[in-house]
Amino acid sequence: MTAAVSIEGVSQRYGAALALDDVSLEIAAGEFVVLLGPSGCGKTTLLNIIGGFAEASVGRVLIGGRDMAGVGPKDRPTTTVFQDYALFPHMTLAQNVGFGLRMRGVSADVRASRAAEMLALVGLEGRGGRRPHELSGGQRQRVALARALAVEPDVLLLDEPLGALDLKLRRAMQDELKAIQRRVGTTFVHVTHDQEEAMAIADRIVVMNAGRIEDLGPPRQVYLSPRSLFSAGFMGEINKMPLDGSFGPLDVAGPGVLCIRPEAFGDQGLSLGMARVADVAFFGSYVRVHVVPVAAPDLRLVVHLPQGVQPEVGAEMDLKATSWVVLKT
Amino acid sequence: MKRLVWVYLCAAYAFIFLPVIVLVVFSFQDGRLPVPPFQGVSLQWYAKVLGDRDLMAALFNSALMAAVSSAVALTLGFLAAHGLARSVLPGSVWLRGLLIAPMTVSYLIIALGLLTVFNQTGVRLSLWTAGVGHVVINLPLCFAICYAAMGDHQKAAERAARDLGASEVQVLWLVSAPMLAPALLAAFFLSVTFSWDEFIIAFLLTRFEVTLPVEIWSMLRSGLSPATNAVGSLVFLVSVVAVVLAEVFVFRRRA
Repeated sequence: MTAAVSIEGVSQRYGAALALDDVSLEIAAGEFVVLLGPSGCGKTTLLNIIGGFAEASVGRVLIGGRDMAGVGPKDRPTTTVFQDYALFPHMTLAQNVGFGLRMRGVSADVRASRAAEMLALVGLEGRGGRRPHELSGGQRQRVALARALAVEPDVLLLDEPLGALDLKLRRAMQDELKAIQRRVGTTFVHVTHDQEEAMAIADRIVVMNAGRIEDLGPPRQVYLSPRSLFSAGFMGEINKMPLDGSFGPLDVAGPGVLCIRPEAFGDQGLSLGMARVADVAFFGSYVRVHVVPVAAPDLRLVVHLPQGVQPEVGAEMDLKATSWVVLKT
Repeated sequence: MKRLVWVYLCAAYAFIFLPVIVLVVFSFQDGRLPVPPFQGVSLQWYAKVLGDRDLMAALFNSALMAAVSSAVALTLGFLAAHGLARSVLPGSVWLRGLLIAPMTVSYLIIALGLLTVFNQTGVRLSLWTAGVGHVVINLPLCFAICYAAMGDHQKAAERAARDLGASEVQVLWLVSAPMLAPALLAAFFLSVTFSWDEFIIAFLLTRFEVTLPVEIWSMLRSGLSPATNAVGSLVFLVSVVAVVLAEVFVFRRRA
């Protein structure tokens, strides 16, 4: 079961604060979309509006072409995986997973077999008789996922579902989440503030800031060709060089900001002139170097060089960028 | 210094429990008066009490009223606590205050107030009218216990239940109440204890069907007897059982 989601000109006001400012977004059926942004950017508010937990002040939400105005969470074709899992502690795992089906009047034996099937899908085969408190954080999150998917929603909403897990487990769960989404084909709308997580799982990333959509596209596009300075900075470390005439290669036209990722420096490409090495640190998979361009002594750029290179502090190097982007301030 | 602490501890417990111990000991008195000297152990007074039809009827009335009025107080208190904990209402601080306020009013005032109301409206005094009084005194307690037990944990689970298609009644019945079961049971058994040995309201608001404390009071009017002690001991035993059950339900779940 899957459906497209259209968000048309949605604004949301909390008192004087504008949590969402005229947001429009089309999500295709079966797509894995990640809403990415810092806390307070409106991503969770948007998720709540899709799920029916909040009503938009202005604008419409359509799921599968049906206007959701006035439809509560209980009657929407959406289910949610919450950050704090929100499992029912007094029920077994099978009862937790079967809860949504029970609310839909499905008979007990159908529920039991469906719950077993869903628990198997998330790798908790045969644990239906356990209770939530017997599980680890990662396992609880799997149960929450199984419970939300058991009712075959058209759209699954995930509210920072991996936020409470440690880094290693989070990376493992990301791969699994992606695999499960491929298998069930449901539209997934996933909220996170972790850009690595977003790139690992998303078909399309929606970068949000201050209630607006800053950028959207596949991970590669958002990372390599961001549409805004905010998006460029949020997706990862980036060097920003103002193109005000005092510095910068002649074939890049100003005004604007030349943005280059630390790992985008190499032997060829856009020439930036000579730069002096100010600081060197070995980071394992790469060498992190701070350099100061000779032509612009006020700037300090971060360059990631291959593991084998051992630059000396004070040495000069010829800076060339293999990929870059110019953005308006 | 250390000895002084022990002396103080013993004195404090003696102060609290000596009257109860004396009451229980003299209920076994083999004589006509529940006063020293103790003349030997006998169960005759218990036999007399358990054979007394009026007393047994009063005991049954008390048990029935304690159970029913506590159940009603708990239901109302739980629903009020849930509503006030979950929804943002204008003046909800005042509403909470108003709900807890009857705790500060003496039982005598509550009884007199209800008596006036029942007289004015022509409601005949019965076990039911006293039961209303007990709901009034136990509702604030049930409300306070339920309200204190409601946390974000339940809130999140309720939200999840709604998301999965549960109606509000299903949310309350299948998620909120079971998750709060320890608090609900504790509130229920405390209410039962209060209702069980409450006298003033039961005395003023009943007429023919009386409760056990009222029956004991009429026994006392005809003078001291070890029979009164025996009834008192039985009442005390029931209260202790109710409180212990409340503790067991609260602490077993938390452990």
